[in-house]
Amino acid sequence: MAMKLPYYPGCTLKTKAKNFETSTLAVAKELDIELVELPKWNCCGAVSSIVTDDLMHQLAPARNFVRVLEMNKSGIVDNEYRLVALCSMCYNTLKRTNLLLKNDHEKLKTINDFMYLEEDYNNEVEVVHFLEILRDIGFDKVKEKVKVDLSSLKIAPYYGCLLLRPKEIAIDNTEDPRIESDLLDSLGVKPIDNPFKKMCCGAHQTVQDKYAVARNTYTIVSGAIKAGAEAIITSCPLCAFNLDNRQREAKELYPDFEGVPILYFTQVMGLAFGVPEEELGFDLNYNDPRPLLREKNILK
Amino acid sequence: MSKTVEITKEADQFLKKIEELSGEKITSCIQCGICSGSCPMINEMDLTPAQSMSKTQLGQEEELLDSKSIWICASCFNCKVRCPRDLDLAKVAEALRQVVLRKAVDKINIDAISPEEMMELPQIALVAACRRLTN
Ligand code: SF4
Ligand code: SF4
Ligand code: SF4
Ligand code: SF4
Repeated sequence: MAMKLPYYPGCTLKTKAKNFETSTLAVAKELDIELVELPKWNCCGAVSSIVTDDLMHQLAPARNFVRVLEMNKSGIVDNEYRLVALCSMCYNTLKRTNLLLKNDHEKLKTINDFMYLEEDYNNEVEVVHFLEILRDIGFDKVKEKVKVDLSSLKIAPYYGCLLLRPKEIAIDNTEDPRIESDLLDSLGVKPIDNPFKKMCCGAHQTVQDKYAVARNTYTIVSGAIKAGAEAIITSCPLCAFNLDNRQREAKELYPDFEGVPILYFTQVMGLAFGVPEEELGFDLNYNDPRPLLREKNILK
Repeated sequence: MSKTVEITKEADQFLKKIEELSGEKITSCIQCGICSGSCPMINEMDLTPAQSMSKTQLGQEEELLDSKSIWICASCFNCKVRCPRDLDLAKVAEALRQVVLRKAVDKINIDAISPEEMMELPQIALVAACRRLTN
């Protein structure tokens, strides 16, 4: 029987990063995992509220936790309080509120009082990233599903910030993460170590100063290329936008810069599992990965 | 030659306010500079993260609030995971921004973004920028 898990998509996975969602749902199915979208989920707020007096912005994540309680109550999931996030930013924001409420009963009470129309939340929920689910079921199980040989592909993991920092929310070792390269290994792909894999891309600065972000993009992508990578994987639609679309601005700044495709890790999983191309949505990737994949005989 | 800096009552109050808002014991910063060496945005900054910490200790309100640095910090928490005093500079930067933003100031003008750019930017970027840079 499929493992049914409450799943939080976040807004960008419904639009610009639709390919992240469709590829994830497809590979999860192959692994007998059913990601059940949270009914009536609301935006988590994108960034976590980090000043001491701003409890108001913890409400958006907290309301989503109540939705998980409701899913259990109505039997949509069976005694399953893990809430799976895919977007690194949603993961970080949800997880930080989750931990804050676990550690501060007074704040939890204030939030419950404010949400008096909702069911009381008593720290039942645990926020997890989909990568952690994969590690928990075991990368050897992932390996069993591989049907397509990707051994000619050289891919660099990119973690960015929000899967690893601050330490209390880290899904892996903050300074020396392995989870993405372990995944690539299990998929039969050669993981390339990029020294800039944890460097921040500049995040929301992309709105006010795209060239500041493009300089970081240049550093991060060039680091991967120098190490021998032909593509980079990420788990965040904002990292993806900054590393992918901002290669355009990076080329303006550094004319001899040559980019590489940026993929969601689940798109690579989909390729390995032989998921139909339509579900992987390569048309939404800014630097088209299909020429590379055709050159390697991975796509027709 | 030693230099004496007099800390006025206002400067001390400013320090206390930022300590309270950020929840960080800013006076425990030892000026080791590890944060500055770890910062991915340092090339875009006018004050290094360590300088911002020392200026906050001294309560130099105007220089801090007029700096480019507090608006450029991307809240990446790299300084936070490396600081030997476990200080969270992203929180300090957020506290400094909040002092400005709570006077009903916006640091980005969403209306000034061209329709083409608006169409291209993912929601996550816009929501995050509004959260960090508008009141
Ligand atoms: S963080 Fe986004 S992608 Fe996550 S729900 Fe909110 S603004 Fe959206
Ligand atoms: S968008 Fe940039 S800021 Fe975010 S996690 Fe990704 S790297 Fe960090
Ligand atoms: S790393 Fe910490 S102690 Fe060192 S200068 Fe920065 S804030 Fe101060
Ligand atoms: S949190 Fe801000 S100051 Fe600290 S390293 Fe990141 S960008 Fe620099």
